[in-house]
Amino acid sequence: MRREDIKQVQGLKVAALVSVGRHPVTGRPRRADFDARAVEMGLSLVAPENMSLLHAGECSPERESALRGYLGMGIGALDVLDQPPEADIVPALEARLREMGARLVLCGARGEMGEASGLVPFLLAERLGWSLVSGLAQIESVDGDSMTVLQALPRGQRRRLKVRLPAVVTVDAAAQAARQSAYGPARRGELRRIEGEVTPDAAARDWNTAPAKKRPKRLKIVKAASARDRFKAAAAKAEGGGGQVLTGLSPQAGAEAILKLLREEGVLR
Amino acid sequence: MNDIVRRDPRSEWIARNRLHPEHDAVLARMGGGAPAAQWMGPNGVIRRDPHAVGFIGPNGIRRIDRSGAQSAGAGGAARREAAAAPARRRVDIDTPAFFIAVVADMPGGRLSAHDRDLLGLARQLADAETDGAVLLVSFGDPRETGLGEAGVDRVLNFAGEQFEGYAPELRLTALGGVERQHAPRHWLFPDSPLGGAELGRRFAARLGERPATQVWQIADGRCTGRGAAGASDITRELPRIVLALPECAEPVADTVHAAEAIAPPAALPQALRRVEDLGAVAVDPAGVALAEAEFILSAGNGIHDWDGFHQAARVLGATEGASRVAVDNGFMPRHRQVGATGTWVTARVYLSAGISGAVQHLQGIQQCDKVVAINTDAGCDMVKRADLAVIADTGEVLAALVELVEGGRKEQRNAA
Repeated sequence: MRREDIKQVQGLKVAALVSVGRHPVTGRPRRADFDARAVEMGLSLVAPENMSLLHAGECSPERESALRGYLGMGIGALDVLDQPPEADIVPALEARLREMGARLVLCGARGEMGEASGLVPFLLAERLGWSLVSGLAQIESVDGDSMTVLQALPRGQRRRLKVRLPAVVTVDAAAQAARQSAYGPARRGELRRIEGEVTPDAAARDWNTAPAKKRPKRLKIVKAASARDRFKAAAAKAEGGGGQVLTGLSPQAGAEAILKLLREEGVLR
Repeated sequence: MNDIVRRDPRSEWIARNRLHPEHDAVLARMGGGAPAAQWMGPNGVIRRDPHAVGFIGPNGIRRIDRSGAQSAGAGGAARREAAAAPARRRVDIDTPAFFIAVVADMPGGRLSAHDRDLLGLARQLADAETDGAVLLVSFGDPRETGLGEAGVDRVLNFAGEQFEGYAPELRLTALGGVERQHAPRHWLFPDSPLGGAELGRRFAARLGERPATQVWQIADGRCTGRGAAGASDITRELPRIVLALPECAEPVADTVHAAEAIAPPAALPQALRRVEDLGAVAVDPAGVALAEAEFILSAGNGIHDWDGFHQAARVLGATEGASRVAVDNGFMPRHRQVGATGTWVTARVYLSAGISGAVQHLQGIQQCDKVVAINTDAGCDMVKRADLAVIADTGEVLAALVELVEGGRKEQRNAA
């Protein structure tokens, strides 16, 4: 779909929660991929003036340059709720969202730094009492109190949902890729720092965080009583594992048997 | 007359050939007069004759097969069967002291590999103390028969069409009912997109508990999970709600459990339904990547009517695949090739038409749940691998299949 084809919804206020990402190879801060896709989805829905960006966290110079990546997508300003790294950001975000009066909150499925548990949208939706949908591929239309969206299912399938507003939606790799960030607008854009209440995250203090270890590969363990069985299992070719073989049938009868299995599996639509 | 030794070279040859289909029968016939290798002596002592063990092989050397398969007769066959299916220990828990609840995804009503790993993990947690029971909570129509082998003690199934499709709010109230009734010690969810990952996070937010996500290891009361998009490991105390990754534990292999059904909570509070499922959207199956397609119709050398094959794929709504031969002969594009040299597919149903099943091809379809084969050769490897094989002309069966499906759709349209 071309960007010009999308009808923009008037009078809808959209907020996108953005975070500082981490480049998977170099480890440098960047705009987080899923969050950028969420911003892209918001921009396909409303004009940049009706779109507000919200970030909760500390604002050091290199993190600032990563956050400016979102401004380079064509949005004038970004609100930064000043929170230390060990704070629980959910209460601050909740208070700010209540103030803003946004009816649709878009965010990436999970962050790329810290715990990255993907819990924030769920906690926000629960506390605000809003509806929540995850894994969105596309927002088809917004009318009044509800919107129609396409949810991405595994295996490339899509599901149409009708969601009541206000809503929190999460976006992952199935959504449209984010546009490039332009350098000039990113420099010119405004980062508004907002002081707020800080809630310490007490539970996370006892955690041990270490660089990810490679997970052990699962071994195929053959439980056999004798060496002969172990050898047979190791050297086994494809065996007839209780499969049903229909011989001497007419093509029609064979097709019926296949159709029955396909219906049982529910792959026929 | 009796001094003349009558030899039957054929049966001797069969007796030497352990892979011969009549091997057992011939051994039983020949072994009738053979001296026993071990017997009970008059004083109750087992006597053995080492010279009677084994048989003389083709080059005159005595061969001894310790697997027991050679010891002639029905006893050997019975022992072989016992070795093929090692008996699992049966474990029954009558009055559970506590529950470990597992909310399985059960795509298509069956346990996925991820669900089985999770049940293995639940088993570890339940067996850490006496009389811990694994409670499987599932939604929709259950079609799994091997729940006991997967390590489930109790099953709580929420059936009914209101739980089908995308109904997270309803499922959430159902889980709330289970929480009030049974108060499980731990809740385990598979951290799979749109399955347990979403439901588990919703449930944790509802209960106000902080879950551990992306967990891949649980050891002595602490769990380790991935953080920062897989870049770090976070180790913490094991919380009540755990969302675990695939291969977090070994599936249950040596016990079998009761899998006793218990009634779901009778009165569930009315769920506020803010999300309405309008149903699946038709997606062009040709546009779905082969590696993640759900239903693949694959063509091989046995296909001659290619237009008919493409039409069958269109009518069935299947993604097209092909064997290497079909690709090399130019009938299908290279990116449609299934197998070790092409794409490793993960389809739930793999319908192979006219594919004999080279080893490379069978490797590529290892992860498929159901394999259906249409082939003219009943002895080919694909037929051995298939869950359902139809031995008939491939083109004719596909044509009949198209006719049946189209006929069914026409009937539906007329009825509507």
